[in-house]
Amino acid sequence: MQINDFVRRMQNPGGARRMSRSVHVDLILFLLLFLLCGFGLAVLYSASGEDLFYVKRQLMFMITGFVLMLSVAQVSVRSMHRWAFVVYGLGLVALLAVLIFGVGAKGAQRWLDLGFTRLQPAEIMKVCVPLMISAYLSKRFIPPTFKHVCWSVVMILIPTLLIVRQPDLGTAILVFASGFLVLFLAGLGKRYILGSGLISLAAIPVMWLFVLRDYQKQRILTLLSPEDDTLGSGWNIIQSKTAIGSGGFNGKGWTEGTQSQLSFLPESHTDFIIAVLAEEFGLIGVMALCTLYLLIIGRCLFIAANAQSQFGRLLAGSLGSIFFIYIFVNMGMVSGILPVVGAPLPMISYGGTAILTLFIGFGMLMAISREPKQMRTQF
Amino acid sequence: MIEEEAFSDPARERQIFVGRVLLASFLILVFTAILIARYFDLQINQHQDFVTQSDNNRVHLRPNPPARGVIYDRNGEILADNQSVSNLTIIRERSGDLDELIEKISALVPLSETDIKRFYKRLKRRRPFEQTPLKFNLSEQEQAVLAVNEHRLDGIKVSARLSRFYPKRDLFTHVVGYVGRINEREISLIDPIQYSGTDSIGKVGLEKFYEDSLLGNVGSEHVETNARGRVMRVLDQVDPDSGSDLVLHVDSKLQKIAFDAFAGERGALVAMDIKTGGVLAMVSAPSYDANLFVSGISQKNYSRLLNSDDNPMFNRAIQGQYPPGSTVKPLFGLIALDSKTVSPSTKIDDPGYFKMEGIERPWRDHNSERGGHGKDVDLAEAIIESCDVFFYKMGIKTGIDILSSKSMAFGLGAKTGIDLPGEARGIMPSRTWKKENRGASWFNGDTINMSIGQGFMLSTPLQLAVMTSRIASKGKRVEPRLVKSIGGVDLSPSENIQLPDIDPQYWDYIHQSMRGVVHSAKGTATSINRGLSYTMAGKTGTAQVVSIRADEDYDKSKLNKRQWDHALFIAFAPFEDPQIAIGLIVENGEHGSSAAAPIARAVIDGYLNTESDVNIASDLALQGLNIYANQ
Repeated sequence: MQINDFVRRMQNPGGARRMSRSVHVDLILFLLLFLLCGFGLAVLYSASGEDLFYVKRQLMFMITGFVLMLSVAQVSVRSMHRWAFVVYGLGLVALLAVLIFGVGAKGAQRWLDLGFTRLQPAEIMKVCVPLMISAYLSKRFIPPTFKHVCWSVVMILIPTLLIVRQPDLGTAILVFASGFLVLFLAGLGKRYILGSGLISLAAIPVMWLFVLRDYQKQRILTLLSPEDDTLGSGWNIIQSKTAIGSGGFNGKGWTEGTQSQLSFLPESHTDFIIAVLAEEFGLIGVMALCTLYLLIIGRCLFIAANAQSQFGRLLAGSLGSIFFIYIFVNMGMVSGILPVVGAPLPMISYGGTAILTLFIGFGMLMAISREPKQMRTQF
Repeated sequence: MIEEEAFSDPARERQIFVGRVLLASFLILVFTAILIARYFDLQINQHQDFVTQSDNNRVHLRPNPPARGVIYDRNGEILADNQSVSNLTIIRERSGDLDELIEKISALVPLSETDIKRFYKRLKRRRPFEQTPLKFNLSEQEQAVLAVNEHRLDGIKVSARLSRFYPKRDLFTHVVGYVGRINEREISLIDPIQYSGTDSIGKVGLEKFYEDSLLGNVGSEHVETNARGRVMRVLDQVDPDSGSDLVLHVDSKLQKIAFDAFAGERGALVAMDIKTGGVLAMVSAPSYDANLFVSGISQKNYSRLLNSDDNPMFNRAIQGQYPPGSTVKPLFGLIALDSKTVSPSTKIDDPGYFKMEGIERPWRDHNSERGGHGKDVDLAEAIIESCDVFFYKMGIKTGIDILSSKSMAFGLGAKTGIDLPGEARGIMPSRTWKKENRGASWFNGDTINMSIGQGFMLSTPLQLAVMTSRIASKGKRVEPRLVKSIGGVDLSPSENIQLPDIDPQYWDYIHQSMRGVVHSAKGTATSINRGLSYTMAGKTGTAQVVSIRADEDYDKSKLNKRQWDHALFIAFAPFEDPQIAIGLIVENGEHGSSAAAPIARAVIDGYLNTESDVNIASDLALQGLNIYANQ
């Protein structure tokens, strides 16, 4: 169907546009994502030591993702709105299941083994939470009242804390941020924003003493001075900075990065993949990627601004902005301006659940972009 | 719910939302700018630093150690070789917690506490990314176990390297010596670059003396390694130059004959080629296996060697200083003849003792209980029968100054300059020597003691062999050498300097006298001439270990064997055209004639009777050498 779409668009732009409208596809977003995935696969090929194993699997995820995205795009926004509670509830159940039956790696329990595949429910919450909060707030006063803010925060904190328990601080922060973004876009008052900022500051010592685990504290200390522990947790960040820095302006060339090819760079095909890109494609590559990302985010926010319903607006706006937060957290941590938390680089890092979640999000955006005009005077 | 929705104002909702989206867009651009600025800083501003760091990560200069020179005997038999052994090493930078790693390893291969202690010691003075050895000489089974488990033992590496091996075990230890681990003291003396791939160094013997030649030149290679330290490719390399091979004058077969001839007795022997000064055999018994030291001797073995009463680590041939006893008589006779203090016609009476005016105590002759050597003893008889009284009188007449200074020319009282470390100089006493060392004047009594090789006089078996060579060659300044060629280049033989001109008839006189020691009926070593197919010249000697008071007799039954006299013998052969000279001592062997002379006979037999065979053998061996080199 996609290919047909393309062919038709080429032959007859007007007809293609009509076609894309009728099948709920945002062609610009589609093309940008297509480019991003291609770029991602190329970097992944190099990052996995020119081994096709991960590339093939990632390609499968992406194909599945595109299918999933186009399927979600066909769902009506009203149905999403209606089913938001159910989806959110299922997400919470999955998170609880992880804590009970989850399988883990490296001391954390993050996976749910479904037999045929392994699922990371925390990743899915990145979509479920904004969906839920958007659904909740869009039916209420704008800007949200104190009561609604409180309920929203509760709905955000439940999954967040469950994810902290796994423990997966990175994803927890991102899930929290995705929910908070909905509040922000819904017009959360300045007092609340300032107040939550102050609460966050006050929470730092509490977190340090009671919530953060030793390895997490270590990561924060490492950020402050990686050179103190060059063989321990400082190793990762020193190696990733070395990879990025030695890439220079033009980069060392595709598959020519010594830091990544000689395994000095840890997690090179997952969380630290931006270092591979920066080493091999240089600053040019980084800027090209950022441009691509900004175009995608811009398109998302454009869709949001033009959405017909408040629910669509909030959901599209939060999905677009959270996308940037993923990028910022990942690129910031790898380049050493943020502590190391487990956060993949969207569409580039290897990882099935993350990719599928992103595509579901973009599917929702496409659905919103094709939302039929509501009657303003519905009531 | 419916109620609340009813109050919503879509236009206002949209307005607020668009405002927030614009604010979000602004923030996104600001944070993107921060990101780009960060990457710009790393990739442009700090680019060079990180390029250096990245290269330091992956490119390592690795020393390429040279193979140590092999040591051959004159016939091409290998005395010191290199063998490939596998060692377990750890790269600290690649390993995690060391104690944990060592614990894991010790579950697989046995590690002694000393292994671990030494490992930590070595670890302190390693270079970054260097492989620090933990255990040497892994067995094949241990290698296999480690290979299987290598993936879960980060930082370990089983590295094959060449290790020294001494196939003759204890036979040549006092000649060849051994290599051992470089110690703290040595590390400050050596060139760290030359030794960068080498962890052993010559400790004693030829291995130490020729260290510079044997070591070779270290090569190097720039290698690219991955994060686990595995070498991915060699970027460039400089090949090492192997150390130079040494070929010795020593003949292993002769060495074996000599060593076996000691049959468990303590002592030393040096046999020299008179024409070249080449040392044909050098034995110090007992000996020990040189291989014990190569990869670090165990404390148990070391203290066993160190505390042994037989002192096996002591190289008696060059370090043992013994009174030469009567073996100096031919030399002193020659000096006296040359100084005209005696002549071939000088005769004395020997009542069995010698009394000097003003001194109560008489000097006895060693056969005083039989009433001495009788009337009309001339120099020849005095040498053949070893008459002490003749030499007492001759010594007094010749005087310490002449005896001392002329003896020096024959190699006594000074280092011979042999190519071995640690040689003792012996003592050739003189008036100044006594003043400096004993703080006393020289007395005639000292001269009398010295004239039969006792008193202050001390010499090493090597010095005796050198003295004998110089007598045998009629005054050629023969200099002892162990090494014949280095790296295929023959060392120039010692220059044939003629010692102070001595009348040929005196040489003949002394030679004939020494011949008489072995071949005349009254000779002290006549017992060894049975079945002799050539003519041998020699001189027996006996050196007192404890001084026997003049009024007491030497009664061996009263003495512990350790206090028995040392037996000495010097010899050269064939008489007509001397080729081989020998100096030897058997500690507590009592009589030169019975304990020492037969050993000399065995060695000279071995040398002369196989001489023609040796030539053939050495040709064959040279061919063998070439084959070895080509391999």
